[in-house]
Amino acid sequence: MELIIRNGFVFDPLNKVEGEKMDVFVKDGKIVEKVDECKAKVIDASGMMVLPGGVDLHCHIAGSEVNAGRLLRPEDHFKNFERKTRVTRSGSGHSVPSTFTTGYRYARMGYTTIMNPAMPPLEAKHTHDELNDTPMVDKGSYTLLTDWWFILECLGNGKIEECARYAAWILKATKGYAIKIVNPGGIEAWGFGRNVQSLDDPVPYFNVTPREIIRALCKVNNWLGLPHTIHLHTNNLGKPGNYITTLETMKCVEDLALKDKPVIHITHCQFSSFKGSNWRNLRSGAEEIARYVNNHSHVTLDMGQVIFTNTTTMTADAPFQFTLHQLTGNKWMNHDVETETSSGIVPFRYKRKNFVHAMQWSIGLELALLVDNPWKIFLTTDHPNAGPFTAYPRIISWLVSRKARESTFKKISLKAQRKSLLPSITRELTLYEITIMTRSGQAKVLGLKNKGHLGVGADADVAIYNLNPEAIDPSKDYKEVRKAFRNAVYTIKNGEIVVKNGEITKHVNGATLWINLQTSEQKLFNEKLKEKFRDYWTVEYENYAVEENRLKISNPINVEAKI
Amino acid sequence: MISLQLKNSLKFPVTAKCISPDALQDKSLEEIEKLKIWVGNKKKELRELFKIEIRGSEREVIHVYGDLTKVRGIGAEMTMGELTIHGNTGMHLGEEMKGGKITVYGNTGDWTGSMMKNGTIEIYGNTGNYLGAPYRGLDKGMSGGKIIVHGNVKNEAGAYMQNGIIRVYGSAGQFAGLRMKDGTIYIQKKCGERVGANMRDGKIIVQGFLKSVLPTFTIEDLRDKVKIENEEVIKEPFYLFLGDLAEDGKGKLYISKKKNPHLNFYEKFLEGEKIE
Repeated sequence: MELIIRNGFVFDPLNKVEGEKMDVFVKDGKIVEKVDECKAKVIDASGMMVLPGGVDLHCHIAGSEVNAGRLLRPEDHFKNFERKTRVTRSGSGHSVPSTFTTGYRYARMGYTTIMNPAMPPLEAKHTHDELNDTPMVDKGSYTLLTDWWFILECLGNGKIEECARYAAWILKATKGYAIKIVNPGGIEAWGFGRNVQSLDDPVPYFNVTPREIIRALCKVNNWLGLPHTIHLHTNNLGKPGNYITTLETMKCVEDLALKDKPVIHITHCQFSSFKGSNWRNLRSGAEEIARYVNNHSHVTLDMGQVIFTNTTTMTADAPFQFTLHQLTGNKWMNHDVETETSSGIVPFRYKRKNFVHAMQWSIGLELALLVDNPWKIFLTTDHPNAGPFTAYPRIISWLVSRKARESTFKKISLKAQRKSLLPSITRELTLYEITIMTRSGQAKVLGLKNKGHLGVGADADVAIYNLNPEAIDPSKDYKEVRKAFRNAVYTIKNGEIVVKNGEITKHVNGATLWINLQTSEQKLFNEKLKEKFRDYWTVEYENYAVEENRLKISNPINVEAKI
Repeated sequence: MISLQLKNSLKFPVTAKCISPDALQDKSLEEIEKLKIWVGNKKKELRELFKIEIRGSEREVIHVYGDLTKVRGIGAEMTMGELTIHGNTGMHLGEEMKGGKITVYGNTGDWTGSMMKNGTIEIYGNTGNYLGAPYRGLDKGMSGGKIIVHGNVKNEAGAYMQNGIIRVYGSAGQFAGLRMKDGTIYIQKKCGERVGANMRDGKIIVQGFLKSVLPTFTIEDLRDKVKIENEEVIKEPFYLFLGDLAEDGKGKLYISKKKNPHLNFYEKFLEGEKIE
């Protein structure tokens, strides 16, 4: 099918196009230079913004922990449901929506690529089954590698090369996209009822420290040549005073940076930017974090912006989840994934009038506004930990408009109003910067060459919003901005119109992105691995790996590893 | 007065949240007859199931006749008026009710008075599980009002209760007052085990037989009378237990001494305290 998107204001930061009035041509699922104008279908986008399809690099949308969240929270579903239509299937859920609904809601907001950030290797099959059932978007999963015994053992014996082989094998076996690190060392320590307090706290029985794990996996990531950096959930997350740990974490891989390329991504940074010694004197550490990030090029962040709503927290950081349960008294789940990782789930309500929650809200926005370069910080809510992804338009309105921030600011806890840095920040992001934060920047840091831009040869994933950048002033008409980003006028996926005026018009299945690593001497290594499987797992080696034919649409990215 | 008489016995489950004084009071007979209700998976009009009559001017008084065991959600979210049911009803009677009175001369199903906020429900028969309890997964149950059951109740009566009073003149099943935060539950006859499990606060009075008290409750005192509501007092000895300690709770559990001689070994713990 051929398409012409006419006269839209095109925002394409990767190709340095800022709101130029131009036409975009689509043919066979790709952006092309020209199409046959007689045959092609024309979309009139005059007075509208034409953006690359949205990219979300961190949202828990599939896998065993998400599904457990659904089971734990029937109340999240019974009042929030969507009926089936001629095209779509029915579904329900506010913070942990069912798979189909997740896909539809993303598509309606103009998102076309999303990444599921926590896949315990043992649950990879389940995760991919759910991703298969998440329509409308291309997706991938990061494999949780932190506290896998093989890795810890190798590091304890100082065998980083062997560790890299294990990482390569498991990435391929689980069809993962990147290396995810969650509370390095802490998860294993939690197995013994403990946690690690700093980067140099040893992990019980393994003789390694979080610092060594992070550095080693960062090196491994470089050797394997993975397109994304290591994706890190810091130690001490969600504890007052943890901004120091976060700064140390960023510093500890400073020397591993390759030229100007980032080597570490600190995810949902808001949860890792707390200053103070307890909850009562909690302050924002956003200034310090932002100063560091502004002066260094090896780090990228994402926000993890808090939304005042009822949501479900779920991470692989089981000790943190236990603390959260103790704080709130809410129901909870904790799970130990054999020798690999752990996980926990706690329902949570962020309240405006609660000092801590209001500070968290403020810290997220401070981070986004104080980091000067939008290529270094991305818009997320760590769905559903700090709020559901459906709140992205609201966050955009806060970022582009001081007025929008003030109107919410007036309603939050008075103590938080006094302590927040937000009133001192006058910066208002432009729509160009928002485009970077919500798609181009994320695609770049994920190493997705065909996504996040509208240059010739890119995948034809396009979002068109009813927003005229010449006619409106985002800082005043923030409500218009919010409204426009809530429902895309058109979402085009692989060259097909899938959303029109905020309604799904076509059900399409997105591809699963995974890294097909090419390494040497794999065979000998596999024999060694098989032996270990007997000792460590309840699953046999032969049954462990996810076969490629399990993926509905497979889109492997071939990477030549240096080992 | 509006009267609704069930025409034929029901085959399929019916959801009829429109049978409430709020929905019917300002409507004409024709409008009432045309109200939509779900019968199984089909939408039907109220007149297809009920014979409807309006007598006199008191429009906020509704009488319903017939066996409504399959009808759910009667009186849901009602705020005023009187609803009298001459027969049995199904699940979710008076769900999230905010005021008025429901009287049932028959039995009711599960989730009677679920999450109710105010008003009164009086049942002259038995009722099912989850009396006054919230929907699955929610943690805010009945937050006010009064439920009086003259018959028996099944399991988990008053779960997650936040306020209000439940009076049961018959017996109760297991887990009465599960995770309750406040309010009062009074059970006159036999009570199932694990009463007050995970309760944080509030008061449960068991005047009848109780096989055992959960080990996470600790005996506090032997009282010679107990106040139920306002000035209403039962003058007989009661053991007072505090708990549930597993939740750091300070709920009060009163158990009749007269009906439970097998619990008298707890008394030695009271004496022991005095000696110290």
